[in-house]
Amino acid sequence: MSKRASYEGVAIVAPFTQPYERYSTQTAHWWIARALRGSLDAAGLKPQDVDGFTVSSFTLFPDTAVGLTQHLGLCVRWLDNIPMGGASGVIALRRAARAVQMGDASIVACCAGDANHVETFRLLLGGFSRFALDASYAYGFGGPNANFALLMDRYMQDYGATREDFGRIAVSQRDNALKNPHAVMKKPLTLEQYMTARPIADPVCLFDCVMPVAGGEAFLVMSVEEAEKRGLPYATLSGAIERHNAHAEDPIQMRGGWTVDIDELYGMAECTPQDMDLVQTYDDYPVISMMQMEDLGFCAKGEGPQFVRDHDLTITGDFPHNTSGGQLSAGQAGAAGGFIGLVEAIRQVTQAAGPTQVKDARRALVSGFGMINYDRGVCSSAAILEGKA
Amino acid sequence: MTNPLSPPPKKNPQIRSVVPTQPLEIRSRAAVGLTACAAEGRFALQTCAECGAVQYPPRDACCNCLGVELPWRDITPYGGLLAETTVQTSVNSYFRERAPWRMGSVKLDAGPTVLCHLHGDIEPRARVKLINRLDKAGQGVIMALPMERTPNMEDDPILRAISCDPKHRRVLITDGRNPNAPALVKALKDAGATMIFVGESESWRPNPNRSQMADAEILPLDVTDTASVKELAGEIGGKADILINNARFIRPGGALARGDTGWARDEMEVNYLGLMRLAQAFGPGMCARTADGVNSAAAWVNILSVNALANDPSFGTFCASQAAALSLSQSLRGEFRASGLRVMNVFTGPTEDEWHQPLPPPKVMPAGLARSVVQGLRDGLEDVYCGDIAKEVAARHAENPKVLERELTMGGQG
Repeated sequence: MSKRASYEGVAIVAPFTQPYERYSTQTAHWWIARALRGSLDAAGLKPQDVDGFTVSSFTLFPDTAVGLTQHLGLCVRWLDNIPMGGASGVIALRRAARAVQMGDASIVACCAGDANHVETFRLLLGGFSRFALDASYAYGFGGPNANFALLMDRYMQDYGATREDFGRIAVSQRDNALKNPHAVMKKPLTLEQYMTARPIADPVCLFDCVMPVAGGEAFLVMSVEEAEKRGLPYATLSGAIERHNAHAEDPIQMRGGWTVDIDELYGMAECTPQDMDLVQTYDDYPVISMMQMEDLGFCAKGEGPQFVRDHDLTITGDFPHNTSGGQLSAGQAGAAGGFIGLVEAIRQVTQAAGPTQVKDARRALVSGFGMINYDRGVCSSAAILEGKA
Repeated sequence: MTNPLSPPPKKNPQIRSVVPTQPLEIRSRAAVGLTACAAEGRFALQTCAECGAVQYPPRDACCNCLGVELPWRDITPYGGLLAETTVQTSVNSYFRERAPWRMGSVKLDAGPTVLCHLHGDIEPRARVKLINRLDKAGQGVIMALPMERTPNMEDDPILRAISCDPKHRRVLITDGRNPNAPALVKALKDAGATMIFVGESESWRPNPNRSQMADAEILPLDVTDTASVKELAGEIGGKADILINNARFIRPGGALARGDTGWARDEMEVNYLGLMRLAQAFGPGMCARTADGVNSAAAWVNILSVNALANDPSFGTFCASQAAALSLSQSLRGEFRASGLRVMNVFTGPTEDEWHQPLPPPKVMPAGLARSVVQGLRDGLEDVYCGDIAKEVAARHAENPKVLERELTMGGQG
């Protein structure tokens, strides 16, 4: 396999989160428009300045990135629709970075957003994927809760994880969310509340689940030269990977695609897990965050439970994790859930995270995980971001 | 251990019956192959004709070699439980009403991992046996059972929901004069049916079957008389959980063996229009009660000649009426679909009775037919082939219907 070229010369700027709402009558088009506008305003740019565009959304139907481009009046020479759910953010970034490096586009807007009407989640579940319709939903229709319950059940059996271990992740993220004024969850969460929560799909209980919300996320990718010319604070991309349908031979998912590419990621970035100032994992369920801590090299497989016992995962702790509260406490805005950690990480390494800022954060690891097509998440991605020292 | 089902109490007419809801019905065309296997109770999965890889979920191309020929083949129905969950809440009304619902993932010995329903008696990480059944949406679903029988295992709520078990149910058999009626009564009684109603036409005529049907309540019913059918439906329609239509008019011969259409009309009156009258009178009420607890309406059973599939000219006009009834049963499947009321056709070869007297064996004996009916109900099947001849005709029909037609119309010379 040939060695991947570096992402040097690429700047990531203007992270913007359109504050989430539990339910909103607005459409995905509206949420993405607000997020894009917010990002452009932060960069002092006009829509006409954008010549590359990526879109991730579950609720644009019948539109795709094409319909949205005309809807928003953009004229771009590079357009990508990225339907990879929780892996979308890093993948959008990775592809936009290549477009900028190669000169296919100068300023790429990477956007995600989803609507959430009262019926949206139910309807979205009902049409998620062919395999889900054919071979998953007829069995109790527990949706992703049931799928992740199976992985969590097996993980607990194989590695001796307890519900308290997962609770540590959820509770720390709630602590972080309390500092994020836009988080949907605003009340403190104790480990006892986590442990005694309503069962959803055993062993998954209420606080293992994300709250579906409406929201939008956006950032811009351009050359370092361009960012500096415009005086914009920026992050650089030290390494990025994506992988789809890895380990298909595993009977049940106890590891994700990161394990295939992780050495290359750290090799490109010339650093190790210990060099990270903060980590943003994809947290649709705590068990998936724990799996990422292992697969991204912070501990060995099966040592996730001990790792979370040994570390403080809050903003001020020794392993700052999902600093905005993540999806578990800030809400899951559909495909924007694949951007939440990345957009927060850009803010962190550019010292722009405000109340959730990790002191002196320079380097962040962001990972994404997406699309329970049948019995497991198919897409994985990860990136290492560095702020300009 | 499964808690045994208690006989349901008398229905309180002031309480609203639970309205039937459905599990998810939509499937890809490939996945309907699982449904077709479930209709006959087969545990089969797609197998690549090129490389032999077993596929699941159903695909249009092999995930090993991209071959596109993926026939459904019977698979060793065993595997190991990987993980399980009990779904406590769902956005789907059917499962929400029935929570908690146990499901899990099983690694099949044949290769793939399947998500499936789990019987309550399965221990964590146990070896399991898999079955393929039709759910209330009429679609094929896989369920894992314990390797060995456990006490009352058929009373498991998930298993009960994907079967039409006669236990604690009330049954109407439409023709008490058919030679198979006493055997049906006995088999259903043995299977735990709580009430058995048997229809009888022309009650003034002696019925030698009567003395053998002491467990049944005999009621007047003439399927050629709309008023009679409606009257009985008015009386016991709200209690018919399983309807077995065994009414049959049969005479030998094809069109040229007869000088007029008299017998053919009688065959259509009983075998085709009789079914229609029963469906019009009993169908709506049964459809409304498919979610009504332990003794909910579950199945509509037609006993048909296997020559409904392809005509045997020695009973040519009778076979035409059977083909008409088969076609109507397919319409009924469509019309009953939203309720989840199962239409089960039991196809037989020549039966042991006066009209088949000159034919050589094998013939279908009443007890054998009754066994097939009960087993088909327990397995929630749609298509049951009773006896060696019916099985063979069905197999030939599946292979090549035109060849079968030629064989049958050559008078057994094929």
